[in-house]
Amino acid sequence: MQSTAVMSITAGLGLKPEHYDAALSSQVEGLWFEVHPENYMVAGGPRLGWLEAIRERHPISLHGVSLSLAGDAEPDAAHLQRLAALAQRIQPSLISEHLAWSAFDGRHFPDLLPFPRSTEALQRVAANIARTQDALNTSIAIENPSHYLRFDRHEWDEIDFLAELARRTGCTLLLDINNVHVSARNLGFSAADWLDRFPHERVSEIHLAGHASDPMLGDALLIDSHDAPVAPEVWRLYRRFIERAGARPTLIERDGKVPGFDELMDERAQAAAELHRIVQEATA
Amino acid sequence: MSTQLAQFQAAFAQALFAPQDVADPVVQRLVAQPAFAVYRNTVMKGCIDALEANFPAVARLVGGEWFRAAAALHVAAEAPRDGRLLNYGSGFADFLQGFEPAAGLTYLPGVARLDALWREAHAAQDAVALDDAASLARCAPQSLATLVLQPHPAARWMWFAEQPIYSIWARNRRSAEEAEEDLVWQGEGALLTRPADTVVWRAITEAGCAFLDACAAGLPLADAAERALAVDPAADLAALLESLLCAGAFIERTP
Repeated sequence: MQSTAVMSITAGLGLKPEHYDAALSSQVEGLWFEVHPENYMVAGGPRLGWLEAIRERHPISLHGVSLSLAGDAEPDAAHLQRLAALAQRIQPSLISEHLAWSAFDGRHFPDLLPFPRSTEALQRVAANIARTQDALNTSIAIENPSHYLRFDRHEWDEIDFLAELARRTGCTLLLDINNVHVSARNLGFSAADWLDRFPHERVSEIHLAGHASDPMLGDALLIDSHDAPVAPEVWRLYRRFIERAGARPTLIERDGKVPGFDELMDERAQAAAELHRIVQEATA
Repeated sequence: MSTQLAQFQAAFAQALFAPQDVADPVVQRLVAQPAFAVYRNTVMKGCIDALEANFPAVARLVGGEWFRAAAALHVAAEAPRDGRLLNYGSGFADFLQGFEPAAGLTYLPGVARLDALWREAHAAQDAVALDDAASLARCAPQSLATLVLQPHPAARWMWFAEQPIYSIWARNRRSAEEAEEDLVWQGEGALLTRPADTVVWRAITEAGCAFLDACAAGLPLADAAERALAVDPAADLAALLESLLCAGAFIERTP
C-alpha cells in the first residue's frame, strides 16, 4: 500500500464555493485546501472544473462525511468507487473520514452519529477502514467526532479505540481539537488531560473550528457548529498539543455564517504562525 | 438484527424522526437526554438545507418559511438515499404534487422538476457541443436525413402542456432587477443546456421536445423531423434545428 504525498506542515482552509476565485488566485505560501468529496462526486461540469483548477495550484485534502465507517454494514461499493475515481483525478494529499456512522439500511442522515464503543464495533470499523484503504490504495485518517450524549457504558475509551484502529489498520488520526473541547464540556472531562493522552505520533492532521452554545441550554451544551471563529480556549488547547506533539498540518473549518475569504485567511495565518513558531523552536 | 451495533443503529435511526416510538432501552436513555435534540436538529437541518439549495426557484416562489415547513415533512417521509446531498430531492416534485397545502399552487411541481433538471445539467458529463451549423447546411439533403445527432449529456428538456412553467421557473432563477414580461397562461417547454461552463436555458416548443426525444432515442434526423411534425404539422424545422444547435443541445460528431 502506498501512502499519499504528505501535506507540507502548514495551515489550510476549508474551501467554500463562494471563495473559489479568491482561492484560485491566492499566492500564500504553503496554503492548502480541504473539501468534502461528496460535493464533487459528479460526472462533470463547472464544480469539478473549479476543484481541478485549484488543485493545479494548491494541495487538496479530501475529507469525507458519508462513508459511515461505524455503520454495521460495509461501505457502499459505488460510493467507494466514486471516491477512488475522484482521488485519482485530484491526487489529494490526504483522505480522511470520521469515527461515526451516518447511514442505515439505505437511508442517509447528514450527521456524525454516535455508537457504543464495543469490541464488536471496533472489529466492524477496523474492517470498514481496511476495505476503504484497499479501495483507495492508500491509508486514510480517522477523525474524533463531537459528543453530546452520555452512554450507559462504552466498553472502550475513545482514545484507546482510535489507537487500536490505527494499530490494526495502519490508518492515521485526524485530531479535531474543537471537537475535544466540545465533547469535554458536554460530557464533563478535562480536554487538556485527554489531549495529553492522545497518541500524537499517529496524528496526520489537526482540525480547528468554532462552536456555539445551545440556544436553550446555553453553555451547558456546546454545539460543534463551525459557524464562528476558533474560540480562545481551543487555541490554547491547540498550542498545548503542538508544543508536545510537534507541528502538524492544521485546517481552519468554517461551514456556517461564512465570512469573506480574507477574514478566514487571517484565522488561517494565526495557525500558520503557531506552526512556524513550533518548527523554529524545534530547530533552535 | 444480527448484531448489537445494528440493533442500536436501527433504533437510533428511528429515534431521529420518531423518538416517542423507540423501544430499545439503550436508545430510550439517549433520547431522554436534552442533547439528543442536537442530532435530530442537525440531521433535519442538513436535509432541509440541501432541498433549499437544490430547489431554489421553488423556495423563492413560496418563501423560506413555507418551504422549510414543507421540506421537513418530505424529509421525514423520504430521507436521502445517497450520501451526496446534491442529489437529494428526486421525489420532491411528486411530494409537492400530492401536498395538500400546495394544492392551489398547481405550477409548483413543474417548477420543482425544472430545478431538478438544472441540477442534472450542472453536474452532467463534459462534452464538446456541436455548434457548426454551417457544416450541417452544406450536407446534401439525403445525408442530412440519415444523420444521427446525439443530445449533449447536459441537455435537458421538458414540455408542460397546461401552464407557463418555463416562464415561472425562469423568472425565479433570475435576479430580481431584471424586467419581467407578463405571463401568458399556456403550455410551455424548457430546454436547459451547458454548452460551456454555465447552464443556460431557453423556451422550446412541443415539436422541439419531440424532436429531441427522437434524437435521444438514436433516430436519424428524418425520423426526428417526422415526430416533430406529428406534434405540430406547422413546425418550422429549419428554425428549430438552428435554435437547438445554437443552444448547444448536441455533441460534436466524431468524423
